[in-house]
This record gives sequence, C-alpha cells and structure tokens, in this order.
Amino acid sequence: MAECDFEKPILELEQKIEELAGLANPSLRDEISAMRAQLLSLRKKVYSKLDPWQKTLVARHGRRPHTMDFVRQLMVDFTELHGDRRFADDPAILAGFAHFRSRPVALVGHQKGRQTKEKIRCNFGMPRPEGYRKALRIMQMAEKFGRPVLCFIDTPGAYPGIDAEERGQAEAIATNLREMARLRVPVIVTVIGEGGSGGALAIGVGNRINILEFAIYSVISPEGCASILWRDAAKAPEMARALRLTAPELKELDVVDEIVAEPPGAAHSDPAATISAVGDLLETQVESLMALDASALVEDRYQRFRRMGRFTEVI
Amino acid sequence: MAWFRKAKKPKTANLSRASNVPAGLWVKCVGCGEIIYRQEVVRREWVCPKCGYHFSISARQRLEALLDPGSFEEFDAALASVDPLHFRDKKTYRDRLVQYQEKTGMGDALVSAAGTLEGEALIACAMEYGFMGGSMGSVVGEKITRATERCLKERTPLVVISTSGGARMQEGALSLMQMAKISAGLARLHEAAIPFFSILADPTTGGVTASYAMLGDVNIAEPQALIGFAGPRVIEQTIRQTLPEGFQRSEYLLEHGMIDLIVERRDIRDVLARLLRLLWRSQRAC
Ligand SMILES: [Zn+2]
Repeated sequence: MAECDFEKPILELEQKIEELAGLANPSLRDEISAMRAQLLSLRKKVYSKLDPWQKTLVARHGRRPHTMDFVRQLMVDFTELHGDRRFADDPAILAGFAHFRSRPVALVGHQKGRQTKEKIRCNFGMPRPEGYRKALRIMQMAEKFGRPVLCFIDTPGAYPGIDAEERGQAEAIATNLREMARLRVPVIVTVIGEGGSGGALAIGVGNRINILEFAIYSVISPEGCASILWRDAAKAPEMARALRLTAPELKELDVVDEIVAEPPGAAHSDPAATISAVGDLLETQVESLMALDASALVEDRYQRFRRMGRFTEVI
Repeated sequence: MAWFRKAKKPKTANLSRASNVPAGLWVKCVGCGEIIYRQEVVRREWVCPKCGYHFSISARQRLEALLDPGSFEEFDAALASVDPLHFRDKKTYRDRLVQYQEKTGMGDALVSAAGTLEGEALIACAMEYGFMGGSMGSVVGEKITRATERCLKERTPLVVISTSGGARMQEGALSLMQMAKISAGLARLHEAAIPFFSILADPTTGGVTASYAMLGDVNIAEPQALIGFAGPRVIEQTIRQTLPEGFQRSEYLLEHGMIDLIVERRDIRDVLARLLRLLWRSQRAC
C-alpha cells in the first residue's frame, strides 16, 4: 500500500514534540505548547486539502479506527455471535449484540484486523459468503427481537477467491440486498473506512447511510478501475478523482445522508473523538427511527434506495 | 441533455444478426471454429449446430424469441444516462454513450417489454452486451426497478435476461446503488408472491450476478455461460494460481447449487411456460 507522504511533516513534528516532552524539562514547556499549536494548524492545513487519492489512502490508513474500536468505545456487554450455520465462521465480519447508550442493538461490521496475524485471520476485511450469511442471520435475529441494526462498513471488497465463488459469493451478497430491504427494524449504516463495492453494500442497505469525512465508497477500487480502463495501475490517483468516491461527492450524489466530521488530523489522530461523534449521530438516528412502525421503516428504506441514480427521460 | 439530443435517431435493430457475428453467408463458430451456413445458425437462435456454442445475441432478439409473436411492447425506452460524474478515462463517458447508442440503436444496456408467453401476461427485460459490455448504471437500474413496480401493480411475473460485465464504473457509486435499488424492488415482488425468473447468459458477472441475476425464484442459465462475482482474471491475480477447468461456467454453478437449470436457448421459452403453469397459473385462479 502506498504511503501517506502528505503525513510526513506531521509525523516529524509529532516525533519532535514527543522527544522534547520526554526530556521532562520544565523550561521547554512553552516551546512544547507552541509546537502543539503548530501541529494542530499543520494537521488542519494538510487535511483540509487532500485530493481524492490521498483521501483513499487515509480511508485505508493502518491506524484508522476499525469496527472493533467502535464496538469497544460505544458498546457495553458486546456479545459476539459466530457462524453462518451453513459452513463456517468468517472473522472478516464481526457480528453480535450489545447495549449502545443503554439501548440493546445488533451490530454488524467488516473487520480488517490490526496486526499482521490478525489481518490474515480477518482476510484483510474481505468476507467470504459465510461472512455475509452470518451478517444476515444476525440481522434477522435483530428483527425477530425488535433490535435496531448498526452496520459498519470497512472493506476493500468481497474476497475474490475460488472457494468464495464456489460457495456463492454473488448469491450471498444478492440475498443480503434483498433481505436487508425487508427488515422490519431500523438499519443504520456507517462507512468508517473503505466502502469497497458489492462487498460493502452487502451490509449497506439502511434507512440512513452515514460516512466519515475521509472514508470512501466506490463501485470499484481506483486501482481496479485504472487496470481495467487504462491497463495501468499508475492511473489509480486519476481514477480516484473520476469515481467521485469521497464523502462530499457522495453526499452531492445523494448516495449518503450524513457526513461525520473527523478531527483535524483525521480519525487516526484522535480515534476517541471520531468514534464519539459517530456515537452521537447514531444515537439521534436510532431514536428517531425507533418512532416509526415496522412497515414505515421498510417503506422508508425502500424510498431511500428508490431515489438512487441519475438519468434523463427524453420524450 | 443537449449531447443526447444530438445523438442520431436510434436505428431499428437488425434481428437477423447476432451482436458478435459479422454479416455474410457463412459464420465461423467461436466455440469450435467450424465454418457454418449462416441460415442454419439463425434457425437455431444463434446456437452452433456442431458444438452447441451460444452466440451472443441482442436484447431485442432475446425478447422477440421469448414473447409470443406480436405481443412485444417496449416501455421506458426513453431513459438515458446523464453522465452524473462527468467521467473520463481515455475517452469521455459521454462520447462512449453516443458511440454505443449509434452502434446498438439503444439508449442504454437494457430493453424492457410487456408481452405474453403462451398467452400469459409477462414483463421481460433483457440486457444488451453490445452496449458497454451490458454494464449496469442508473438507467439499467431504474428500468428494472420500474419493471418490478409494474409487475407489482399489474400482478405480472417478471423475467430478466442478464448478460453483463457488472456495475458500470463510469457512474461510480450510483451504479453500485442500483444493485440495492433493484433488489429492494424484487423484495416487494417476493413478498407479493409474484414470480421472478432470472435467465443468465454468457457472461454474467460482478454486481449484476451479486444482485438480481441470482435472486430468481428460478435461476436458469444458458449452457457454458461464464457466471460469477469476481472475474476470472481478478481471481487469478489474487490467488496466483490457475483456475480449475470449467470454473464459473453454468455447469459448475449447477453442480454447486447456485442455479436451478441449464437450458438451451431455443428451449427457454418452453421451460418458462411450463414453470409459469406450475408456479403461477393455478395460484392466480384461486
Ligand atoms: Zn461450434
């Protein structure tokens, strides 16, 4: 994965501050606080003018908060449930029930893993069919017990492998799309990092669709698009721009409802603040959707997706 | 849209011609390489008499073959893409659209029609592979969704014949969202117990397979069709090994439980008529 070059001056300054702070010299206090102020304005400056490709890199940042981080900070009594009851348990999807701000909820999210071993176990957040089938099982259980469903999207895409195809990757995704449309409980989707194509959408059919400021959501990765249209992966930055995959562009296209602002240095510079902002939004949304009855919720979700798309009708 | 109005008036599709076959008295089979008398191939709805290879045919040809003669009535033909992203790669998306509109005489990659099959009212949609690889953008998504809504309103079964490389990159996330939009329409048909038959032709991949094409009450594939989520090249690049023989072909999907039937092109009409009698006709009589 490409480095976030634009982060270098920030990281260097962070390191300097850390070194000075480590000296524990009271006479440096003023200098350190001046540098902290400088760091904040540097972060603001750098992150206020990222291009779509740079945002893609931020969305994939190694230290970006993952689904599990949201669960740890926002949920109490999280009880992970495993398996699709058909074939296997897929660690690329995290699913279960918890209390969210004193309300019982179901949650489903992609899980990328942080350390190498964990990343491999989670298949870098690329689910196989059993992951999508587990997700649906938990969502339908949520429906059965009247719990709202919170979905967290963060995946490069569904896993493109022989085994995944053999067990019906397409069928698993398709079934989730149809069945999520029918859920008689609120479904709220938040794109927290990478929204990679059908593999993201398979847990993305919600009444509300939120996205973090530097998250992306796309029909194909910029690299995949570049290799198909140009046969040249180096065109990925250009395709990142062409695909309109950033949060403000998606809002403009009415693909998402709300953008959650990230701290000055993006989510990974202050995960706690980011997660808590998402929590506040989710709380409001759960509250307002719980006021709707089941058929109104289904209708609301239908209309949310019914208006997706732009076309003309030449009479 | 000004650019669209400038496009030439759609030409009437030439029904005697498959979209991947040059004109002439003889055709060379893509499957076995044999040179075959053209009329012989046409008579078999563009299936090779020697090896059974199914040539790619146009959306209109598929619908004409499926529906009762004279019953074909196209609707929603005026929908066209507006290039919502102002997308460009080597060419602009607008130029590509005009180019494909002129080539195929179609506004986009799908034809919707109302008609009858052995007298039974039916809504049928067919994808056009010749139009940007049958890719699904806002227009395809809107047309199929409208078809589901019309089926719901008129209590009519739906047939969709797919052949597509998947979601259309040039419309970005809007294309992706069509998968969910159409599937939500199919959810309503499902709840209303109105049958949906999905017919998969070569090739059907990506977001089309991962949405409506796999959601038929009955999924029917033409023989030897490539059907999958990820394309074979992507899989090969990811796992760095050669794919097994017959991988992602209709026969492989049947073996793995993903489709109900493999039916030769010229038998699809009969099989659908039979399924309608078995699943639909008696129910309606109640
Ligand atoms: Zn042949």
